Amino acid sequence: MSTPAAEGLPAPGTLRRRLRIRPRTVVVHVVAWAIGLAWALPFFGVAMVAFRPLGQTSLGWWHLSPFTVTFENFIAAWNNQGCPLSLGLRDSFLVALPATIIPMFIGALAGYGFARFHTATRDYIFLAVVLFMAVPQMMVAVPVYNLMIRLGLISSLLSLILLHSAWGIPWIILFMRNFYRTLPTEVEEAARVDGASDFKIFYKIVLPMSLPALAAIIVFQFMWVWNDFFFAQVLIQNPNWYLSTQCVPRLVGQFVRPYDLLSAGAILTMSVPVVIYVILQRFYIRGLIGWTIKG
Amino acid sequence: MSRLSLSFLTPGGAYAGLHNYQSVVGSPDTFNPTCFEQGPPCGSLINNLIWTGLHLPLTLFMGLFLAVLLQNIRGASVVKSLVFLGMVTPLIVIGVVLRFILEAPIGLIPAFFGWLGVRSLAGNWLVTPSTLLLGLIFGTVWSWTGFSMIVYSAGLTTIPKDYFEAARVDGATEWQAFRKITWPLLRPITLVIVTMTLLWELKLFDIVIGATNSQGGVGGAADVLALQMYRYFFIIDYNSAAVVATLLTIFTLVVALGLFRRLLNVPSRRKRVRPARAARTAEPAPIGSEEKPTAATKGVT
Repeated sequence: MSTPAAEGLPAPGTLRRRLRIRPRTVVVHVVAWAIGLAWALPFFGVAMVAFRPLGQTSLGWWHLSPFTVTFENFIAAWNNQGCPLSLGLRDSFLVALPATIIPMFIGALAGYGFARFHTATRDYIFLAVVLFMAVPQMMVAVPVYNLMIRLGLISSLLSLILLHSAWGIPWIILFMRNFYRTLPTEVEEAARVDGASDFKIFYKIVLPMSLPALAAIIVFQFMWVWNDFFFAQVLIQNPNWYLSTQCVPRLVGQFVRPYDLLSAGAILTMSVPVVIYVILQRFYIRGLIGWTIKG
Repeated sequence: MSRLSLSFLTPGGAYAGLHNYQSVVGSPDTFNPTCFEQGPPCGSLINNLIWTGLHLPLTLFMGLFLAVLLQNIRGASVVKSLVFLGMVTPLIVIGVVLRFILEAPIGLIPAFFGWLGVRSLAGNWLVTPSTLLLGLIFGTVWSWTGFSMIVYSAGLTTIPKDYFEAARVDGATEWQAFRKITWPLLRPITLVIVTMTLLWELKLFDIVIGATNSQGGVGGAADVLALQMYRYFFIIDYNSAAVVATLLTIFTLVVALGLFRRLLNVPSRRKRVRPARAARTAEPAPIGSEEKPTAATKGVT
């Protein structure tokens, strides 16, 4: 590439471009922002229905008069008879937190092993682990269901925690292995010279260094578990332990459409991942990119 | 594995050969060719194909378009977050949100068409077989575009700015620069997005439940393979469920194979390929194997 020449030549042009705002720039900005806002419009509409009495929105939330803000719909969804979201959200947390922490530690340790230790079969085991990522959830549903019945864990949150932990480990291993391969080995070698054991090196040196990667895993895995519907449906069949994602479709009546309940339930269920995404966006995207564009 | 064997057995446990496969694939729930003359429902297999055929190119195009558009925009991260909201939301909630767009009278889209005077599209999209599948497909395009946009954005940051500077000096238009620089350099990223999107499309089903019911909507017009398996599972027809799950797994593995081959060959191939490529083009290698770790570790934004 003729970079030196390229650097020399366009400088005046870019300078002038910087100084005045071209109409094209304005148009591009307007278009981009319009698309972004239009994209969020459906969510905005749901929020409008959720925060207003159904009487005002049943013919479309864009009818703005009368306009009153109410939390009735949320309270109704929270205490709903069939599937109270208060319990649903609690159960979702009870599943998602351990199902994030457990596979994170196992996956981090295993990923470290795959990145740093050489054994004859390592690459084949790794291949097998990665292949597990491609198995669709539907493939394991019946065997896992039978297994949990035999273990007496069906409809208990523990079954879901175990399943999600097992399901999350392959991608975490892959993600962590790729991350460790970018870490310099000098620090670890120095520690080894000083007489630290492998485990000590892992917990004292490698784990603190991999905090950004672990954060990405926490966000991503938590969201995955929270947003899952299929595994929850398969394993949790007792209405007392329904997760929030299971509650949402149960707010729909057979013939009537309780839009007020539905919108509030939808907002409540999506609020947790959305809040986490807003706070930890950087890490989430890192997890997503690392997960797909593997190194 | 027990899943696979289950698909060859009768409910009593005897060996059934391919009989289960015949009965599942032969049923109009799965494959209903008459729909080409009579309209939906088409069966889950055809619905999956239609879904993929519309969803994949649309999300790819929209994601790339947005990623390129948002490259030099003030507040691009906010716009990206707005678009990405659909990826963060549980799919079952996305399905519910679609009710608030597509169902009359509460939905915006029927109201919009009513305002335009298009009678046929002003009704309730989700209870009309001819619009149900289309509405859901556009719903998934809406929610999944955030994925391709974010991944494409990450890919765009790995393209050195010098390339575009040089192209501008050479008098290339922006379209030419896009065709000759951006698109070819993003090809490995496109492969990843295509694979992940296909995998996602195959296992899609909760959005259908959220927007309609577990029967796949009116007359099963939006039935898909994963939903069919789910239904078989809950009427305790494990053998048929196993058949559908096996089919899904086969499709998935076929799709994933390309990506995995890339993925696993990367360490060994890199050493061999890089010198050859360097000698051939005397140019920094495009964002192929060796630049991806930076995207993976640095992330975007």
